Amino acid sequence: MEVIELSWWQLGLAVVLVLMLSLLAFQARLGISRSLLIATLRTVVQLALIALVLELLFSVGSLLWVGLMALVMLLLAGREVMARQKRRFSGGWAYGIGTLSMFISSFSIAVITLLVLIGPSPWYTPQYAIPLLGMLLGNTMTGVALSLDRLTEQAWQQRQVIENRLMLGQHWTQAVMPIRREAMRAGMIPSINAMAAAGIISLPGMMTGQILAGTPPALAVKYQILIMLIITLGTGLGAMLAVMAGSRRLFDARQRLRLDRLHAPVG
Amino acid sequence: MNASQPSILRLQQLGSALLQPFSLNLRGGEICCLTGTSGSGKSRLLRALADLEPHQGEVWLDDQNQQQTPAHLWRLQVRLVPAESQWWSDEVADHFPADYDPEDLKALGLSSDAMEWQVSRLSSGEKQRLALLRALAFPLKVLLLDEPTANLDPATTLRVEHWLKQQIARHRWPVVWVAHDREQVQRVADLELVIQDGEVQEMLIGSD
Repeated sequence: MEVIELSWWQLGLAVVLVLMLSLLAFQARLGISRSLLIATLRTVVQLALIALVLELLFSVGSLLWVGLMALVMLLLAGREVMARQKRRFSGGWAYGIGTLSMFISSFSIAVITLLVLIGPSPWYTPQYAIPLLGMLLGNTMTGVALSLDRLTEQAWQQRQVIENRLMLGQHWTQAVMPIRREAMRAGMIPSINAMAAAGIISLPGMMTGQILAGTPPALAVKYQILIMLIITLGTGLGAMLAVMAGSRRLFDARQRLRLDRLHAPVG
Repeated sequence: MNASQPSILRLQQLGSALLQPFSLNLRGGEICCLTGTSGSGKSRLLRALADLEPHQGEVWLDDQNQQQTPAHLWRLQVRLVPAESQWWSDEVADHFPADYDPEDLKALGLSSDAMEWQVSRLSSGEKQRLALLRALAFPLKVLLLDEPTANLDPATTLRVEHWLKQQIARHRWPVVWVAHDREQVQRVADLELVIQDGEVQEMLIGSD
């Protein structure tokens, strides 16, 4: 089965419908029209641009360009992780911890998946590598950002509790343990919820897309299961690394709680 | 709790950004009261002794150097009891050793079932006394007290002082006790240090 060609005027019709929604909202004075229009414009432009990039990348298909693309994606994700934290580590540590955790988890799991589980030839075939890494990074980013945000926020709120535990002679790992757990939970809950709801409450996007593109549901579902598992793996590993490194950074060599290593809240 | 060999706490040129360096030797069983106006750095001095804050100079417990002892092992021996205690579990008993003997509860005027109380329902006075009991429930060698009777009525204050002095005499811990009540200083202190404008001065006990 071939995919039905989608022409620009058909897309245009969908845009007109969104415009009508915004007009309706405007007339009802619901105050959402402006941001709706901007977001619509952004999604059209951004996706059109990424289509160009992907077309180009697929036609070249070399490891160098795939690697470069992956690097750009990683660095942008690192920036996003940093921006999503209320009390972030100062001196480049917020960016460093987030980016390194994502790099280790997303990249290693993407490479393992490509080499062992899916096995396209060559293994870095961009049609597989880029969407896979994109999904992994996108979810890992959310997990790492949520974990780090919860970690630093909780450390701030519970600073006196942590110090009181230290005063009773507890090792820093013991004093910070409840906060580590809490942070890990915050990072993993979206993935766990997504797996629990998959197929019952939500039809995951990738599977839906493949079915629309003509893939038999049984195969689409297999890919979806694989993706959800490796996303959970990536998120879990990324969040774990970020929580471990982040909580270590909260203490110095004398096991003192060092909240002066955090920036004052932004926004 | 080894009572046979009282420890000696030695401060050598201890100082910080707020505090000019000073030295002090404190023998086991001696209570050194630390006084001075609010914000003069009394609590921060205690925190430096427990190594919770960066500082200059050296602190020795017998032949142990503070900086050469793993931080958690140092704080296991040099026990700081903060002015405001913190509780991380719902029940009081969760904060105490599993084999804790609740005999001391009565000495501080607490009911013997206090171990089963909910932390959220404690009054500030109950919290303060339970925090003292908790701090002394784990083995220690030096005691640092930050206004241990601030939330107590006069009768209970005397009771807690009496119990603390008893414990200190029995275990022969060197003690640094932050106090702001003159009368309390008269009652408990063997020596007194006053912090004034960042300078630490030893006062003669009995003078005003």
